[in-house]
Amino acid sequence: MPYRILLLFAHPRFEDSRTHQALVNAAKEIPDIRIRDLYELYPDFNIDVSVEKDQLLQHDIILWQHPLYWYSCPPLLKQWIDMVLEFGWAYGPGGEALAGKYFLQVVSSGGSREVYSPEGRNRHTIREYLYPFEQTVRLCKATYLPPFLVQGTHKLGEVEIASYAMDYTRFLKYLQHDGPISDLSGFESSNLWLATRNETR
Amino acid sequence: MEGNFLLQSIVFLTAAVICVPIAKKLGMSSVLGYLLAGILIGPYVLGFIGGEGGDIMHFAEFGVVMMLFLIGLELDPARFWKMRKLVLGMGLAQMALTTIFLVAALWVADWSWQSSLAIGLAFSMSSTAIVLQTMKEKNQLHTTGGQSAFSTLLFQDIAVIPILALLPLLATRTNHLSGSSHQLLPENTPAWLHAGVVIAAILLVVLAGRYLIVPLLRVIAKTHLRELFTASALLLVVSIALLMEMVGLSPALGTFLAGVVLANSEFRHELESDLDPFKGLLLGLFFLSVGAAIDLQLIGRQPLFFLSILGAVVGLKAAVLWSVGKIFRLRNDQNRLYTLSMSQVGEFAFVLLSFMGTLQILTGETLNMGMALTAMSMTLTPVLLLINDRLLIPRFGRQKKEEKGADFIDQRHPVIIAGFGHFGSTIGRFLRANGVQAVYLDHDSDQVELLRKLGFNVFYGDASRADLLEAAGAKEARILISAIDNPVANRQLIHTVQKHFPHLKVFARARNRYDASDLYDAGLEEVYRESLDTSIRLGVDVLKWLGHRAYSATRSGQNFRKYDEEALRELLTTRHDDKQYISLARKQIEQQEQLLRAERFEKTATGDHAWDSEPMRQAARKKSVE
Repeated sequence: MPYRILLLFAHPRFEDSRTHQALVNAAKEIPDIRIRDLYELYPDFNIDVSVEKDQLLQHDIILWQHPLYWYSCPPLLKQWIDMVLEFGWAYGPGGEALAGKYFLQVVSSGGSREVYSPEGRNRHTIREYLYPFEQTVRLCKATYLPPFLVQGTHKLGEVEIASYAMDYTRFLKYLQHDGPISDLSGFESSNLWLATRNETR
Repeated sequence: MEGNFLLQSIVFLTAAVICVPIAKKLGMSSVLGYLLAGILIGPYVLGFIGGEGGDIMHFAEFGVVMMLFLIGLELDPARFWKMRKLVLGMGLAQMALTTIFLVAALWVADWSWQSSLAIGLAFSMSSTAIVLQTMKEKNQLHTTGGQSAFSTLLFQDIAVIPILALLPLLATRTNHLSGSSHQLLPENTPAWLHAGVVIAAILLVVLAGRYLIVPLLRVIAKTHLRELFTASALLLVVSIALLMEMVGLSPALGTFLAGVVLANSEFRHELESDLDPFKGLLLGLFFLSVGAAIDLQLIGRQPLFFLSILGAVVGLKAAVLWSVGKIFRLRNDQNRLYTLSMSQVGEFAFVLLSFMGTLQILTGETLNMGMALTAMSMTLTPVLLLINDRLLIPRFGRQKKEEKGADFIDQRHPVIIAGFGHFGSTIGRFLRANGVQAVYLDHDSDQVELLRKLGFNVFYGDASRADLLEAAGAKEARILISAIDNPVANRQLIHTVQKHFPHLKVFARARNRYDASDLYDAGLEEVYRESLDTSIRLGVDVLKWLGHRAYSATRSGQNFRKYDEEALRELLTTRHDDKQYISLARKQIEQQEQLLRAERFEKTATGDHAWDSEPMRQAARKKSVE
């Protein structure tokens, strides 16, 4: 039985984002992935918590797909985390609803991998900037998987974006069929794991 | 002849244009303005019009004809059915009692029973035109008093039909039908035959309305020529008028009937809106001719006699109305409105009186006297209502509160909401859902009764009165929400609050941009245009349907609202330097233009730069080239 994937997508200016349009279109091609476009659903930030909780319960792997703004997610996704992951439901005493599920971030950043490194201008890796999300997932007794990253988007051309989209498709299919593959957790990012799969094939 | 017609038009229009604004300025209804204008241009003051009274009556007749057609159109059966108890009960009681008393009085004065009954029936009528027009202007139609008046008038309107059929039977002498040249019946027709012809004509109008006119209108509607439809509406009215004249009936009654028959059809609103432009003008014309028809000479010969008769008739009508109001449990203030507004003898009396003249039930002096009484009593109504507004309401309103303990407002709440219609009640429900208790004020006693049963703190009263506001706890309250439907009443309330309770924070409902301008000018900060948020929300949803992103559309809507508010404030600050506005309408057009011009340059939709990555992309590319 395939793994049930929920893609929670948050982008305040989706219509202007070449990268995310390519990624979302790729995800749409794959059957049985539930995509929820948060900015389209909740333009007034009035999140329907019970619907969101219900969605979480119906899926095994939850993806947070968003651009990186000021080293964090767009505000609506933060709002989503604040509202939906309730005390006593997602964490704290009796908060077992998400136990055993998997969370994975799909993040785009304008700066390249070099910029996000101890030697680079941003001084830390993206993985380090995403620690709050990793810890959030951990607190909910779920497993945080290495993020799928699209970096240096400012300089990406059409061809490169298309190749990212193809990688995304392949990755989502792996996730759907094989689940969180046992050696995935050891990698810095899902992209790197995907690269090893490429070589072994 | 043609020049004469133009000259007459100029006289009528000039009198109206001068007198009506003056009447409005003095706080009177436009009806009184028209009446005064009519008296002024009539044969006994300036004498511009009608040395030959026939001309005026000719004008008046057509005004009444058109008006009654439209009144008939507005009487749709569903509305009638809903009010049937009120109509039958109040209407029947009012007409029967008035007629009985009048007949008794005339009988004592040694009149024949036939003439007494005819006069009694005619004088029991009230004026639909005056009452409805005045109440509409003052926003009183939906009050209990207004509904009662409407019901009673409705009954009277319907009662005209059997009365007209009855009148020929009252004719004492053999009929001498004179006057109209289009008479169908030969002279010396016996009364029973005449009555039969009348009933046949009425049946003809009803049947033709149902089976001939509606199919005809359907064909005409298919041509999609609006003016053709208007033309056929006019043709309809005129031909029915002619038919009625031929059988010796009032054309007004015939068209009224046609209106009622057509109120049922799908063309009701089309006919209404097509004839509506004529309506106001013709109503004015009607009131003008009523004014001009007052025979001042007759009054001048025996002023005391005339005035005492007038007083007796109006007094008797008022006494009956008051008792009927009491029987139907109207509150004192509503009953006063009902009684005073209905105390005149109405325009149907003209119709009935002239018919009596034709039938020779009444003659000469008596007939003229009846006409003069009718016209003068109609002139009296706006004056009586003015007295009610200015003198009686302030005095008895207070008294009423003392006698009725329930309206004493004992609970103190931080919020007062004035006006509990759809707007105010939504605010009230929202506040209540959030645990904020408020005091509500409304001036419709029935509405108050209902909402009190639902557990709201609603109190009856005119919110613009300082003493009522104080009783509602305005001194202790912190916020007043002004949510009355009528912008004028809203402004009055705000004026009172600013004068007597300056510590209250006022949140005001504004009907539109111009209304809002006035409120800002009055020094308010919290002004809510009822047309702003809803229309923008609609616009946002349209953008979504057209495929725009929901969030971008929402942001754009938010920006537009902010921009629109700011633009209005901006306009207000510059507006006062400019004295060139010659009229309100001109000013409003100017405002619209300025807003539209500004919008072309200000693209509110792209106000967000935060997530715009294009500049960053450009900067990144530039850097890598270097």
